[in-house]
Amino acid sequence: MISLRHLTKTYGRGHAAVTVLDHLDFEVPTGRIAAVVGPSGAGKSTLAQCINLLERPTSGAVVVNGEELSGLPEKRLREARRRIGTVFQSSSLLSRRTAAENIALPLEYLGVTPGEARARVAELLDRVGLSDKAGHYPFQLSGGQAQRVGIARALALRPSILLADEATSGLDPDTTRSVVGLIRQLRNDLDLTVVFITHEMDTVRQVADTVARLDHGRIVEQGDLVELLTSHDSLLGRSLQPRRGHAGPEAGTRTWYVTYDSTDVPGDWIQRFTGDLGAVVHLLGASVETVHGVNTGSATLGIGADDDARVRGALARYGLSGTPDGGGGSQSHQLLTAAAVLEDVA
Amino acid sequence: MSALIFPRADVPLNDLPALLLPAYGETLTMVGIVMAVVLVIGAPLGVLLHNVAPGGLYERPALHAVLSWIISIGRSLPFLILMAAIVPFTRFITGTNIGIAAAVVPMSLAGIAFFTRIVENSLRSVPPSMVQVARAAGGSNLQIMRTAQFSEAVPAVIGGLTIQVIAMIEYSAIAGTIGAGGIGYVAVTYGYQRFDNTVMLATIVILVVTVALVQIVGDRLVRFTTPQKRLQRA
Repeated sequence: MISLRHLTKTYGRGHAAVTVLDHLDFEVPTGRIAAVVGPSGAGKSTLAQCINLLERPTSGAVVVNGEELSGLPEKRLREARRRIGTVFQSSSLLSRRTAAENIALPLEYLGVTPGEARARVAELLDRVGLSDKAGHYPFQLSGGQAQRVGIARALALRPSILLADEATSGLDPDTTRSVVGLIRQLRNDLDLTVVFITHEMDTVRQVADTVARLDHGRIVEQGDLVELLTSHDSLLGRSLQPRRGHAGPEAGTRTWYVTYDSTDVPGDWIQRFTGDLGAVVHLLGASVETVHGVNTGSATLGIGADDDARVRGALARYGLSGTPDGGGGSQSHQLLTAAAVLEDVA
Repeated sequence: MSALIFPRADVPLNDLPALLLPAYGETLTMVGIVMAVVLVIGAPLGVLLHNVAPGGLYERPALHAVLSWIISIGRSLPFLILMAAIVPFTRFITGTNIGIAAAVVPMSLAGIAFFTRIVENSLRSVPPSMVQVARAAGGSNLQIMRTAQFSEAVPAVIGGLTIQVIAMIEYSAIAGTIGAGGIGYVAVTYGYQRFDNTVMLATIVILVVTVALVQIVGDRLVRFTTPQKRLQRA
């Protein structure tokens, strides 16, 4: 378990001082994967550097398994870093060392005997599925393989906390999926506590148990991933939904943005909803996926009915929630726009 | 002019080796000693310079400014002038101001300034994320400098070292003009002052071949220490 208490990080002094983290409180229970998202400039990288103790917070505490680490003297701080494994953005491998030598780096720093280190490295290579790549240099590895080596290196000293700092940024979707799968697998096998910092909402839906949104140096919203995804009023939940383009509405219909607002939306809701409403319903766009066993997603519909309240009522019957486009000024519309902006910035 | 006093007569080809080989040996000795001194002092100094700079492991901007300034002075003087300017210092260290020993002092000073910059530059080209990785892995500053900074920069340092050795061969020839011996001395006394074209040509050939060899060895080493170049060739 890791908890951050009133974490504050200020750079500079006096009038030039910039507060990047502002009394941030955050906690990840043992064995959970918590994603931290937020626009650039929100303080994500500073947060990462405070968690793996590369930066000392100006005030506040980083507590790992009940022990306060951020206030330790320099030498002890270096030892404390070993309890937190960090997976960096791809291409963080030393170019003149093989995969095995890269993984051995933390063991080497610790002063582990070469024999022990070899055994541990072999075990780690096996765990990340790269036993046949031990002697390969980084330039011979694909992005996904390099990142697996990065993960193995982060785990070399058996940390209880794994910090992934934009670990999948720059990887293609398939590779991201496999790296994320590996992280979840390792979490299950090793009971790791994972802090997954990213700006990619698609990745968050694949990896996270809980999600927190960082903005202006504070956690402004957090919650369980599925709850957020099925919550109509959550800005964070909205921004987690994939937002793709959709077809234009036909004459006589109105565009509605519909989100899955509960955990038990029936698979045939479109058919049933259309029957209930007794009006024309065009499917203009949709994205539905199963997250932790629950169907979540959104759809854009062109609906040939004028009575908003009736449409809303019909949707609500199936655990859905709808917002007409062009409604103007409504709270949900603003929320929607804000969510889109959030995604843009990210 | 010496040509008027001594009737012009080129050194016979047969006598060339006896003249040139010892001189070549002296040149190699000078460059060898200087390079040893330069490596031992310049490499740590370069690493230090890089790490006291803003963003380094031991950020000390004031110290960095002072060090950098001193090195720039060493780098800005033409070698001939530096050599002449520090004669009292050279005599204090070696007790003489001619010969190999005397040449080694100014050459080392100029060389250290040169190499320190080369090392600093090479380290700067290593992505800063490597240092973050090493710190997060629990490395001490010394371990980080060795494994994440210097080791990653080795090909760049060797490339710079090649340039440096060639520059030192050139400096040794300049030092030859003040009686340090070596190929430069032979080239000046025979080729220049006695218009001995044979000796002049021979020294030029020797220098060209030496420099070419140094370059070839340097390039090979760079290739050997860069996994991507080493393995993609095979």
